[in-house]
Amino acid sequence: MGILEVKDVGKRFGGLQALSNVNLSVKENSVHAIIGPNGAGKSTLLNCLVGKLIPDSGSVMFDGQSVLGRAPFEINQMGISRVFQTPEIFGDLTVMENMLIPIFAMRDGAFRMHAYETVANEREVIEQAEQMLEEMNMADKRHMHSAALSRGDKRRLEIGMCLSQKPRLLLLDEPTAGMARADTNNTIDLLKQISEERDITIAIIEHDMHVVFSLANRITVLAQGTPLVEDDPQNIRGNPKVREAYLGESA
Amino acid sequence: MLGLDKKDTTLLIIVALLTLLAPFLLNPFPSDSAMAQFNAGYPDLMQRFVIFGIFAVGFNILFGLTGYLSFGHAAFLGIGSYSAVWMFKLFSYNVIPAIALSVIMAGLFSLLIGFISLRRSGIYFSILTLAFAQMSFALAYSVLSNPKFNLTNGETGLQVYADDPQMFHRDGLPDLPHLFGLSMRSTYTLDMGAWSFDFNAGYYLCAVIMMIVFYLAIRIFRSPFGMMLRAVKSNQQRMNYTGLNSRPYTLAAFVISGMYAGLAGGLMAAMDPLAGAERMQWTASGEVVLMTILGGTGTLIGPVLGAGFIKYFENIFSKINDSVLHGWFAFLPDGMEDFVVAVLHPFVGKGWHLTLGILFMLVVIFLPGGLVEGGTRLRNWFRGKRSGADDKPSGKTEPAE
Repeated sequence: MGILEVKDVGKRFGGLQALSNVNLSVKENSVHAIIGPNGAGKSTLLNCLVGKLIPDSGSVMFDGQSVLGRAPFEINQMGISRVFQTPEIFGDLTVMENMLIPIFAMRDGAFRMHAYETVANEREVIEQAEQMLEEMNMADKRHMHSAALSRGDKRRLEIGMCLSQKPRLLLLDEPTAGMARADTNNTIDLLKQISEERDITIAIIEHDMHVVFSLANRITVLAQGTPLVEDDPQNIRGNPKVREAYLGESA
Repeated sequence: MLGLDKKDTTLLIIVALLTLLAPFLLNPFPSDSAMAQFNAGYPDLMQRFVIFGIFAVGFNILFGLTGYLSFGHAAFLGIGSYSAVWMFKLFSYNVIPAIALSVIMAGLFSLLIGFISLRRSGIYFSILTLAFAQMSFALAYSVLSNPKFNLTNGETGLQVYADDPQMFHRDGLPDLPHLFGLSMRSTYTLDMGAWSFDFNAGYYLCAVIMMIVFYLAIRIFRSPFGMMLRAVKSNQQRMNYTGLNSRPYTLAAFVISGMYAGLAGGLMAAMDPLAGAERMQWTASGEVVLMTILGGTGTLIGPVLGAGFIKYFENIFSKINDSVLHGWFAFLPDGMEDFVVAVLHPFVGKGWHLTLGILFMLVVIFLPGGLVEGGTRLRNWFRGKRSGADDKPSGKTEPAE
């Protein structure tokens, strides 16, 4: 029984069957990659997991509880954090403020809807934010406007913001899309380090095979809205069906 | 001081000095000189500066921080005025309960309107608020004013009549809005040589209230709550995926700014015990948007400057007529004089809107950050001049550690 169980999920947009009979089980503390050609339904699936879309059929269970019908902020409170394809950060705010917001939202281990509720210890919140910036190697940039950061730094900040809430599942949507090689490698190292050091499950949607094979210990291949195979990385590499559907096509 | 950092304390002190010394600052010209018509230091106008300053500061808490552009804030201004006048009619001319009721009523209405309007964002939110404000205007103008149930007194406007109950009114008290006996109209005029300065009780009441609410606005801007509001403006998507529901935040900001508007409306009625429906019309809602943008959206002092700027134009420029212009240009040869007056004519008097419109366009195009940005640029320019060419600004300002 995995931490995230997707059963028979289907989603239709008008005449397009985006997802059909998707079954997926993500094991706790694994790094699970979902790959597939363009239009395979990867992003649709991800949106169904975080409450942005509601599937037409099937169920999505996180840690034994259904996420369907809950708003994105409620799903986040259950312990699922999402990193977007283009980094979604608070561009008008400084790096430090960006880091404070998720910590203000979740303090004393529980979510608070209102920042104006008394903060038991504001100093503690600030310390936590500083520590997380330290871990992301961004402490020297804390007073910068986050919109002025480089793509790679924005990504680090976004991941740091997600981690500061101690999620149990981290969802990443093409975390290295549009990045320079050096930034891509830095991001891979960061994610490796996160999965080794923290008690966290990572599910990652990725196009870049280099990223997938250096991170994942389980891979699901999606094609035309339905899972083709789910296996270990070394088996995926040799699987003729996958080659045909995806790897062969891109080679 | 008062839980503010050094920069904000300085700002608060500057605002305090400006408002308290306004009777001097706004009357720089001797009272019988030709320039005296540019003096703005008479009680009526000073009160309006401060009242609209309060209105704009409140509006900026919603628009400047969360980015939700409300086009219906004048409704709360009107509700504030009507509540205050009803308080005068039923109980007494004391302004304190009247202002308190205005704030409460505006708060209740903004809770209702905000709860519905905030289901949408962007242009749809603006249209919803505009619709509510126009409905309120129509209600006040005609629907709620009929012989059976006359709440607003329609076109005439709500005012206090001799046969109103005024339960707590005693004979010794002034027959005008007062603060525990001190009439809002009482003015002390100080003559110093050719100058004359008016110190008006009503103005100082407004000024003190503005300092209090300005201080509150600074605290809101700097609090975690203010940070969350800026986060709403910056990225709602990330907000949602950080486990935060933005609705309670935006609603709180909406209600707070509605209460500021109600306070401004209450003060208006306290200065002049009259409330008319035109106060709620969409032009009034648009005016506060202009004030905020002109002064500098999202800055603390900007809306106050914008309010002062617009009200100054409205009251001073509109008073310049052709005969005044002829007086100014009398030194020119006759044909020239008529020509210059004819050219300037559309921009003054009733045409003051034209001048204001041009200035507004110039500010929006060249100073998107409003008057505040203009001030910052001027300061940087002076600093650059003084320190010489060796440390030219690198284009981006990055705060030092």
